[in-house]
Amino acid sequence: MKLKYFSAPYLVWMVVFIVVPLIMIVYFAFTTDNGSFTMKYISDVGQYANIFVRSIWLSLIATAICLVIAYPVAFILSRMDKHKQGTMLMIVMLPMWMNFLLRTYAWMTILGNNGIINHILNIMGFESVRLINTSGAVVLGMVYNYLPFMILPLYSVMEKIDKSLFEAADDLGCSPVSTLFRVVIPLSMPGITSGITMVFVPAISTFIISRMLGGGSNLLIGDLIEMQFLGNAYNPHLGAAISLVLMVIILVIMTVMNQFDPDEQVLM
Amino acid sequence: MKKLGKIYLILVLLFLYVPIFVLIVFSFNETKSRSVFSGFTLDWYRRLFHNKIIISSLVNTIIIAVAASIVSTVLGTLAAIGIHHMRKVPKAVVMNITNMPIINPEIVTGVSLMLLFVFFAARMNLEFGFVTLIIAHITFNVPYVILNVMPKFNQMNPHIFEAAQDLGCSPVQAFRKVVLPEIMPGVVSGFLMSFTYSLDDFVVSYFTSGSTSQTLPITIYSMTRRKVSPEINALSTLIFIAVVIVLIVKNALENKAARKNASYKEGL
Repeated sequence: MKLKYFSAPYLVWMVVFIVVPLIMIVYFAFTTDNGSFTMKYISDVGQYANIFVRSIWLSLIATAICLVIAYPVAFILSRMDKHKQGTMLMIVMLPMWMNFLLRTYAWMTILGNNGIINHILNIMGFESVRLINTSGAVVLGMVYNYLPFMILPLYSVMEKIDKSLFEAADDLGCSPVSTLFRVVIPLSMPGITSGITMVFVPAISTFIISRMLGGGSNLLIGDLIEMQFLGNAYNPHLGAAISLVLMVIILVIMTVMNQFDPDEQVLM
Repeated sequence: MKKLGKIYLILVLLFLYVPIFVLIVFSFNETKSRSVFSGFTLDWYRRLFHNKIIISSLVNTIIIAVAASIVSTVLGTLAAIGIHHMRKVPKAVVMNITNMPIINPEIVTGVSLMLLFVFFAARMNLEFGFVTLIIAHITFNVPYVILNVMPKFNQMNPHIFEAAQDLGCSPVQAFRKVVLPEIMPGVVSGFLMSFTYSLDDFVVSYFTSGSTSQTLPITIYSMTRRKVSPEINALSTLIFIAVVIVLIVKNALENKAARKNASYKEGL
């Protein structure tokens, strides 16, 4: 009995539901309704350059903020007593188990024009501030939703760093700052790269956060795709072309990230 | 320094938890206001339990999650057995394709499956609904099962399967009594991961659900689009409590297993 044939049902599934749909994206992106080849939709994507730039920019900012916030968290967690680490990690990750629509909705109620922050400002005698429907709110939503995705890979790498390495660096005359840059950061590089990918990919392709917190004026690539498939602007060819460009952008970013990773593998 | 770390951790935890607690507090609010607490009521919970749409979408979500995670676990485990016994090149090809639904943005997975289902719907008697949802969920779940089971095969001694047969086991017996217990932890975590991803999924479901069978996240989304309704807050509170209970039980079980393991090792 050949054991490799056990995978036959999955291979069929994989071809029909993973490979064929992706081929259909490529096919739709390069054809018109009657099936003839065209570059029209791919070049039409250029009209939305500003939305692409905004998506890349906002998700890069969100990724950077996540990295800055998460790095110390992961470090502190990894240096705690072993028996405390598990519980603490659970507490940090718990909000991630709530559906992200509810987490984003929570910020709608906080940032809203009649929301809590504005209410407190009014009580203190200040004017209301427009917080929701701004690009800042979109970045906040991204950071809030994807921060745990940054903490987890960083923590799992740092947890494995031997404590005696810090002592050795200290003995050899390293200041805490140069220990950070010459020992901790190089050793946690795989965690940094996979954390960046795990935050950047969902951030650049989201359409919920921008819709709930960004109002109509902060469209992202995700919104654009959604509108071509389920919105009023129904045009699956253009939608497929935008999806294809999005995939290429992500592929490029991941290849760049892999250059920084000594093991050349992306932890997922 | 230690104190500073503690303060930092508390600040990050506040950032993560305050929005959720705001939702919980306002689920008991008498009026619909999102900023002023005017009095305690359980009315929103009562309304939640009488909301037929929410209850039916909850039932749909559970049915889909159970069906999809069972099928994914079987399909994925069989696939892992087969892939483990493949030669190097086909193995690398299959694993790369398997990683695609994980690396690709969810929206691309959703849109590509939607294109496929539209194609089938036009030519065969396929309707968007339960069937498409379950197929879509299986498609994004199987890779997680495979990625959980594969490492167990790599850790396993390749000869114990043959040894069992030499000692008189039939291949089926050898699999059941020797291989299965070895890979079981991976199968279980793959199943649990599938189940939680299915329960939580919004993006892929949004593109593959059609109008008849909605899942809970889709219902939540349409509730956030319409006027303010504190029923969402009540629902969030219940989901939060459920998550806390599940995680505490999970943590307790793991600690118990770890202790058992430790005392077993001491016994040696």
